[in-house]
This record gives sequence, C-alpha cells and structure tokens, in this order.
Amino acid sequence: MDAVLLARLQFALTIGFHFIFPPLTIGMAWVIVLMLGRARRSNDPFDQQLARFWIKIFTLSFAVGVATGITMEFQFGTNWANYSRFVGDIFGAPLAIEAVFTFFLESTFLGVLLFGEKRVSRNFYWLAAWLVALGSTLSAFWIIVANSWQQTPAGYEIVDGRAQLTSFVDVVFNPSTVPRFLHTFDAALISGSLAIAGMAAWMLLKRRHVELATRSLRLALLVTLVASLLQIGLGHAHALQVIHTQPVKFAAFEGMWETQDHAPLTLLGWPDAEAETTHFDVHIHPWVSIMAGLSPTTRVQGLKDFPRAERPPLLILFWSWRFMVGTVFVFLGISLLGLWLLRRNALVANRRFLWLLLLASPLPLLANEVGWIAAEVGRQPWAVWKLLRTDQAHSPVVPAGQIVLSIVLLCAVYALLFGVWIFVLRRKLLKGPDDVTSAAASAPPAEVTP
Amino acid sequence: MTALQLTWFVLIGVLLCGYAILDGFDLGVGCWHLCGRDDKERRLFINAIGPVWDGNEVWLLTGGGALFAAFPPVYASVFSGFYLALMLVLVGLILRAAAIEFRSQVESPAWRQAWDVAFAVGSVLPALLFGVALGNVVRGLELDVGGNYVGGFFALLNPYALLVGLTGLAMFVVHGALFLAARLDGELQVRARGWASRSWVVFAALYVVTTGCTLATYVRGSLPLALTASSFGLLCIVTSGLLNRSGRDLAAFLASAATMLCIWGGVGATLFPNLLPASNDPLRSLTIASSSSSSGTLTVMLVVALVGMPLVIGYTAVVYRIFMRMPLTVDQGY
Repeated sequence: MDAVLLARLQFALTIGFHFIFPPLTIGMAWVIVLMLGRARRSNDPFDQQLARFWIKIFTLSFAVGVATGITMEFQFGTNWANYSRFVGDIFGAPLAIEAVFTFFLESTFLGVLLFGEKRVSRNFYWLAAWLVALGSTLSAFWIIVANSWQQTPAGYEIVDGRAQLTSFVDVVFNPSTVPRFLHTFDAALISGSLAIAGMAAWMLLKRRHVELATRSLRLALLVTLVASLLQIGLGHAHALQVIHTQPVKFAAFEGMWETQDHAPLTLLGWPDAEAETTHFDVHIHPWVSIMAGLSPTTRVQGLKDFPRAERPPLLILFWSWRFMVGTVFVFLGISLLGLWLLRRNALVANRRFLWLLLLASPLPLLANEVGWIAAEVGRQPWAVWKLLRTDQAHSPVVPAGQIVLSIVLLCAVYALLFGVWIFVLRRKLLKGPDDVTSAAASAPPAEVTP
Repeated sequence: MTALQLTWFVLIGVLLCGYAILDGFDLGVGCWHLCGRDDKERRLFINAIGPVWDGNEVWLLTGGGALFAAFPPVYASVFSGFYLALMLVLVGLILRAAAIEFRSQVESPAWRQAWDVAFAVGSVLPALLFGVALGNVVRGLELDVGGNYVGGFFALLNPYALLVGLTGLAMFVVHGALFLAARLDGELQVRARGWASRSWVVFAALYVVTTGCTLATYVRGSLPLALTASSFGLLCIVTSGLLNRSGRDLAAFLASAATMLCIWGGVGATLFPNLLPASNDPLRSLTIASSSSSSGTLTVMLVVALVGMPLVIGYTAVVYRIFMRMPLTVDQGY
C-alpha cells in the first residue's frame, strides 16, 4: 500500500474512533443540564443523585473523547503536511479558536463537576454543567467550521499556490457551516439521549435502580423524540445545501445518472460506476425534484454531468446515505413508543421493548459514523473541494513503514481503551449511584473505600 | 519581519511555556507516581492534579493550534518530521488520560497496578520526548527545499537532543515534586520535599551542561540575550533549590515555573529569527518572516488571543483557588 492510502486509513481509523465520543458526550451534557435544572427546581435529593450518577457516566466517556482527540490535532501535521501548508492560513485558526474558547472551558469546568459538588455553591455547580455543555457544543461548532471549509471553501484567495484569508466571516460562515453544524449537533442530542435511554433500559432489564432508571428514561426519550423530529428538517436542510454546493456528491447519494427535472427518489438499488447505471432501482417520481425545489420541474444534476475522475466512490455514498436517513425514523418510532409505554406505566415490565431500546442505543453513534463517511468520502477525490486533491495533501517524507507502525500502535491502544470503557461503564451501571453523603466524605480518608 | 509576526513568535513561546509550567507539574507528578507506597498515596497524587490536569493539557492543544494557524509550514514540517516520536507522545498522553480516569474505578490491586504503570510511563514518555524534539529544533533539522525533514528517524536521537530530553525530563520531575510538596501534608509532604531536593541536583547539573552546549554551539539569534536568559534561569534554579530546602514549598514551585520562563526566553533568543533552522542550508530555514500566515489571519488570531486568553486565565485562576485550598482526600473525584 502506498503512503497516501495508509495515511488516509490511519486518519479514518483514529477519527472514526474519536467520533464515537464527542456526539455522545455533547448530547449527554445537555441531558445532564436538564437533570440538574430539574433538581434545582424540585429540590428533591433524588433528582440530584440522579444527575450525579449520570455525570459519572458522562465523565468516563468524556475522558476517552479527550484522550483520542489529541491525536486529531497532531495528525493534520503528521499525516497531511502538504495539506497543512496549503490551508494553514485558513484552517489553523478555527482549531486554535476551538482550543482557546472551548477546550479550556469544558476541561476546566469538568474538573468542577467531578471534584466540586461539595466545594462550590449549587448555582456555581449548575453553571459548571452549563459551561461544559456549552463548551463541548462550541467545540463542535469550530471543528465543523474547519471541516465545512474543506467542503465548501469561501473567504480565501489562492496566493503562491496557497489559500490565503480574505474574509474571516466568510470562512466561518461558509455555505455549509450552519446546516452541517445544526445537523451534527442535533445528531449529538439524539446520540446522548438515546445512549442514556439504552443504559437505563439495561438497568431495568437487570432490575437495578428501577426508580432512577425510569426517571432517566422519561427525560432521555423526550429529548430523543424532539431531536429526531427536528432532525427531519435539519437533515433536509443540509441535503438542500449539498444539492446546491456539491451537486456531484448529492447525485452520488441518490445514484442518479442523468440531469433531469421530475427527478426520482431512489429507495433501493445497486449503482454501478462502470456501467454508469443503477441496477434494480426502486424509485418514486418526482420526489427528489420536489424536495430540491418544492416543484416537480426542478432540475437536479446527475453524475454524467461530471467527469469520471471527479466522481466520489459511489456504493459507499449510496448506502451510507440511505442508512443515515433511515435511522432517524427508527429513533422517532422508538422514542414515541417508549413514551407511550411510560404513560401507560407499561414500560418497566415490557422486556421486549427494553431489549429493543438497549440494542437501538448505539445506533445513533453508528449513524454519526456513517453520516460522517458520507460527508467525507463524498468530498473525494478532493481534500479541499476543487482546490487540493487528497493524493497531493499528504506528508511527502513520512515512510509507509512508520505509518503502519503507528496504525498498529494506535489500534492497540484504542482497542484497549474501548474495552476498558465498556467494562467500567457496565460496572458503574450495575452499581448505580454511590451514596457518598456528606457524612462519608468527612470520615477519615483511610476508612473510605475509594 | 512585521511587528505582528514578531508578536506571534513571542505568543507561540508564551503558549508553549504555559504548557510546560502547567502540564509540566502534572507530568512530573506522574513521573513520581510509582514512588507512592500504597494505593492511598497514589490516589492522593492523582487527586492532587485531578481537577486541573485536563485543563493544563489544553495548553498543548492551544500551542499546537496556534502554531498551525500562525506558522503553518513550521507546524507541517515539525509534525511530519517528528512523526514517530509524536506518535509515541500521543500514546503516552492517551494512556495517561485513561489511567487517571480508570485507575480508581475498580478495586483490584492488579488493575490499579497496571494503570499506575500506564500513568507513570505515559508521563515519563512525553516529558522526555518534548525535550528531544526541542533539542532537535534548536540544533536544526536537515530540510529539503520544500521544508520537509529528510534526515530520518534515527538522526533525531543525536546526543545533543537526548541531552535536552533528559534535562527536560529532570526539570518536569523536579517541578512535579515541588508541586506535590506544596499540595500535600504531613509525612508525604516531607517525602516530596526530599524528592525535589534530590532530583534538583540532577536537574541543576544537566541544566548547566545543556545550556553550556547550546550557548557554545547553536545560538543563531542573540548571544547576549540567550546568555542573559540562561543566567536568570540558573538564578531561578538556585533560588528554587534554596526555597525547597527551607520548606517554602509554594515559593519554590513558583521559582521553578520562573525557571521555565527563562528557558523559553533563552530558546527564543537562540532560535530568532528562525522557528525551524535548517542544519544543511541556512536558506532553507523556516523563519518568522518566511513561514508566517497572512497578516489577516495573524490579526484575527491576535484578537482571539487577546479576548480569549484573559478569560481562560481568569477562570482557570478561580478554579485553582477553589481546588488548591480544599483538603486533599481520597474519597472524591477519581
């Protein structure tokens, strides 16, 4: 394998692993803010305990996200030196801003959440939860700014073969930033809330901490429901943006070859890049045209409008797109069903539904991955849309052997991390909230079991 | 070279120095971790840095991000040039973060022992490799016309760079012990003081040798400035050692932080006006003027730094005040 392919593989693996965690923890952080808000209003110690319990679960996952996130910032330089030189004038700023305005915020106040409950006032503690949630969300914003600029570059000119800043505002609000951020943030809400719901379902299946799990489940499913409903609109808005700014990508999503009005919505099929056709397609006219422009006569570009060398890998896009769109309806259905069962007090006893919930809970994380693959593979063959090809973006001096070595090393560490994360998570859930009350905290340290 | 470019040269130094001072002490604590005799002591070490280590590490990400934004070719050349070394740093930092988080979650001696080792190794490795990397930058790298490092991995393990690596490691080790002495109470505090004063001897000796070599061989910028900075550095080291011996722990720790400020001043004076000197051909060196981003980007970044960093320093100070005053126990946090 050549160095470029290896560098891509390493990047995909490390970011793919990392990307499990930020959406999960962003979503969880906001659910925790809601939990703490309710505890403040109700003054019910049980609500406080519930929030404290999920904060513990949250920090476990957050730690893995932090640990694997450092890799990402290093990798632009280690694996993509030419890319870094080409885009540095534009791309470095959002990364630095992300660190200054968001990483500090979330990491500092996470320390308060972890260590501060008995040291700071209740209001300050609540503020800390807000700041962690806000910090992690803004962090998503800035990294999406950077990534969106790769998709739809704006606010630059090419000087001496490098992109140079002309308007910072145009860079930040390039055509795809806002739709992609809202779409991703909402996906994070679904991820975090359904994960909490799934973990609570598992606790119910194990018949542990029933009251805590039920209360958590209600709030979590409510968030999932609202976020899934929103996602239908936000996902659609993002798709519209892709049609306008990256038509070849959208044509690949749809597996559509001819430019046409009355463009059909393909439900299933098997696109064939060689034969330039989609086999066995099941489609409905003229829904893509209607979705693109609210009218059957809207013209939508097909793949044949673009040279073969500029078409992204077709099968991956076609299927990842369908998977992602399909899952949102699963989340909608599950959260509706769950809330209905809760209303009828029939949820705790319904083991089949609890199993379903448990099995569905990692699905948003998978949908995130698949959506990200659709976005980034859909950008190929470009590292920066129409400006820099991926095969020219790598680090020319890094030998393939070193990349292989680092892939092996990182995979081993990540596998270990993942195993430990699941293992500890499982124990925490079984154990439930630890009742460290003020009495225990003031006892001599030696007598307290850590 | 414009004033804006010069400002960013200084600011990158400030950020990396902030990282060295702050994450330096928690890396240093990690280096001492296995000297904790039992689970309780080790738990105390981790809880001593528990609320703040993560924020400290963000200084590295900020420094890296700012380098990327302000001097992209330097970021590209250094990070791709030190590929394997940086991967090891990464593995170290990841293991360390995981160890802090996971160690105390399971009450099994084998589990904790394993994470204790991971924490120590994950701390020693970066503490050593940062210095090796800095040594190579000061020494200069073999660069091609595109600014790519072409010397290969083993050329990075030259005696001078290894010497700087050891000096850096010793510096963090002392720094960590001084922090523990300032943070802990009772018998552990006395022991931490002892660790600090013993490792101080090694650090002071290494500092003299390394600084001597550097001043004699590698100063490309201003020799008087570099000489002044390193003299002040030596003064701080001596002060820190004396304060440590008289039991004034916080002051000794602050003197150690001041040492790092002097060292970074010295590094800046040594490199100036280069950021990454080329050892094979001075014309290929990446300089402040030749490798900076456009003035537009530098201005945006300056605004970000002027607005953002006071905020960061403000709330970091608040959180430090809260946590450094609270009695250290094993029952909370990690």
